[in-house]
Amino acid sequence: MSENMINVPTMAELAAKGVTPEILFWVGCAGSFDERAKSITAAFVKILNKLSVNFAVLGTEESCTGEPAKRAGNEFLFQVQAVSNIEVLNAYGIKKIVTACPHCFNTIKNEYPELGGNYEVLHHSEFLQQLINEGKIKLQGGGEFKGKKITYHDSCYLGRSNNIYEAPRKVLEILDAELVEMKRSRTKGLCCGAGGAQMFKEPEPGFKDINIERTEEAIETGAKVIAAACPFCMTMLSDGVKNKEKESEIKVYDIAELIAKYEGL
Amino acid sequence: MEFLPQVIFLILLSVSGFFITKSILRIRRNILLGRDINLYDRPSERLKMTALVALGQKKMFKRPLPAILHLFVYVGFIIINIEVLEIIIDGLLGTHRIFAPVFGGLYPSLINIFEFLAISVLVSCAIFLVRRNIIKVKRFDGEEMKRWPKLDANLILSIEIFLMICFLSMNTSDGILQTRGSEHYIATGEFFFTSFLKPLFNGIDNSGLIFIERFGWWAHIIGILAFAMYVFTDSKHLHIFISFPNTYFSKLDPAGKLSNMPEVTKEVKLMLNLPVDAGNDNSAPGRFGAKDVQDLTWKNLMEAYSCTECGRCTSQCPANLTGKKLSPRKIMMDTRDRLEEVGRNIETKGKDHQDGKSLLGDYITVEEIMACTTCNACVEACPVNIDPVSIILQLRRYKIMEESQAPASWNGMFSNIENNFAPWKFSPSDRLNWVQKLNQ
Repeated sequence: MSENMINVPTMAELAAKGVTPEILFWVGCAGSFDERAKSITAAFVKILNKLSVNFAVLGTEESCTGEPAKRAGNEFLFQVQAVSNIEVLNAYGIKKIVTACPHCFNTIKNEYPELGGNYEVLHHSEFLQQLINEGKIKLQGGGEFKGKKITYHDSCYLGRSNNIYEAPRKVLEILDAELVEMKRSRTKGLCCGAGGAQMFKEPEPGFKDINIERTEEAIETGAKVIAAACPFCMTMLSDGVKNKEKESEIKVYDIAELIAKYEGL
Repeated sequence: MEFLPQVIFLILLSVSGFFITKSILRIRRNILLGRDINLYDRPSERLKMTALVALGQKKMFKRPLPAILHLFVYVGFIIINIEVLEIIIDGLLGTHRIFAPVFGGLYPSLINIFEFLAISVLVSCAIFLVRRNIIKVKRFDGEEMKRWPKLDANLILSIEIFLMICFLSMNTSDGILQTRGSEHYIATGEFFFTSFLKPLFNGIDNSGLIFIERFGWWAHIIGILAFAMYVFTDSKHLHIFISFPNTYFSKLDPAGKLSNMPEVTKEVKLMLNLPVDAGNDNSAPGRFGAKDVQDLTWKNLMEAYSCTECGRCTSQCPANLTGKKLSPRKIMMDTRDRLEEVGRNIETKGKDHQDGKSLLGDYITVEEIMACTTCNACVEACPVNIDPVSIILQLRRYKIMEESQAPASWNGMFSNIENNFAPWKFSPSDRLNWVQKLNQ
């Protein structure tokens, strides 16, 4: 292994050495398996690594939070997943969890406590904002996004679900870009169409797919970068941009990817 | 004969009081058909919520124009009740404007405030009628807004306009009679707003004016009593009362937190060989999820009665906006309609009567509940904190857990989670393979 190789410690490895990391990075299923979302995971880990954040992942011990099962109405399967995950998390004595997936974030933060899982849970937008506030990520001036139009798409599970509207925007401010809002944003932000387990089935009959409606709104802003903060929104918006045959001019990036690019990682 | 008007008044008051009480008991009984849920915690937070959302109309102001017009009607309704109090006392005692000597010189100012509000209410309601019937604002339209709901809305607005016209013509003729020194019409000082209407009535002789004044007085109070009975019968206008308890019992947790099912936890823990809390052994859960209104919580049912069918929810719903059948407003209206039907069955056919119908299936279709993205746009939009997602989720739970009828691709997702610990069919041992992306 070369010196530049980034090491991703697992909880099991650290526990064997008797070490407890400061935070657990909960990667999530999309971040682990989805080709596009894996790049978000990599970008976030590069940031953690550069800033020497003391973290670990669960690796193969991580399992679906059960979120899509719960929203589909399968509470039984959800609780099997939740209770098993809580057993693992509690066994490692986890205190603080950071995740790049708003769905995992919402479930672990809001739905695990009643099943015995109590942790401090942060979405990566909040965590990145903290790093900026602490001066660990700095506005350097310049950079490839300087002055460019970026529009941020609110994830429902960050925004309306958990009132996180400002953190991702604050993170984007560091890019020194021109942030433009879509017609419907913040509390009125339009869903990408993936939530409530819609990601895992065909939509009901209608005259349009929700992600197309949202993508059209994003394109209307004239932004060449659509910033997302959720792997499911990422899929829906990327598909939307492809559907509109705009993929060569408009890119969809996660906020962690934008910061990683900005930091030259 | 002298006391005849007072006797008639007392009878009217008692009859309407009787019917209103009966209706309140009916609504209370229906709401309590729902499952129990404890929402009595955090009283100070709840009071604050009621003060901001119900009393303070905070969420109405997301749309400023209707908010201001609605505020006029709302404040008008509350303040003009002082006038109604005077009318009721006058009606029972056979007096005329009994507050006039009490308030003395301030009385005309008081009436001026009422008159200003009456005109504001009249104008606002007229604009509302125009928005509904001429401009045809889109959110007032929709599959669920045909027939009764449409008529209900127009009736409410028309009745309010009628009541205000009665009130204003009563004051106008009273004002003229005062200046003419008519016997019963004690001089109170001029009423500012209706003084402008005097030229309309000046040509009428005293007996004609007395007729208009008395007609206005009786029509106003009978109208109010009839309207009050109407509100409690089967009208969206019930929101003027029930939105207060409804906001008090709001969900205080983050919107994204969906309800837990403790009855499932025990089985899950037994299955996973984990210790089960011995304390909460309320075994044999009735039914997983909701098929009919009785399976929902009483809060869901209270929300159904709080809905004023404004359509802000549906106008924000991503599924509805893209042509899917789901309309959060319809979910609430269907819940209410079905609850009223179950209530009527109890009254006419006995407590245990089964009519073979249910909320899911006969009112709300599976196609509707499957289209929800749980994005909470409807919850955010609702001016009285109604949560349609809660009902949709409980109906889904019934469909999935009791009937095992999920769309095929959801069944695939379930089995992937069960077997591969991810909603997609990847090998769990590949979970850390993303690390390769790091060093590419």
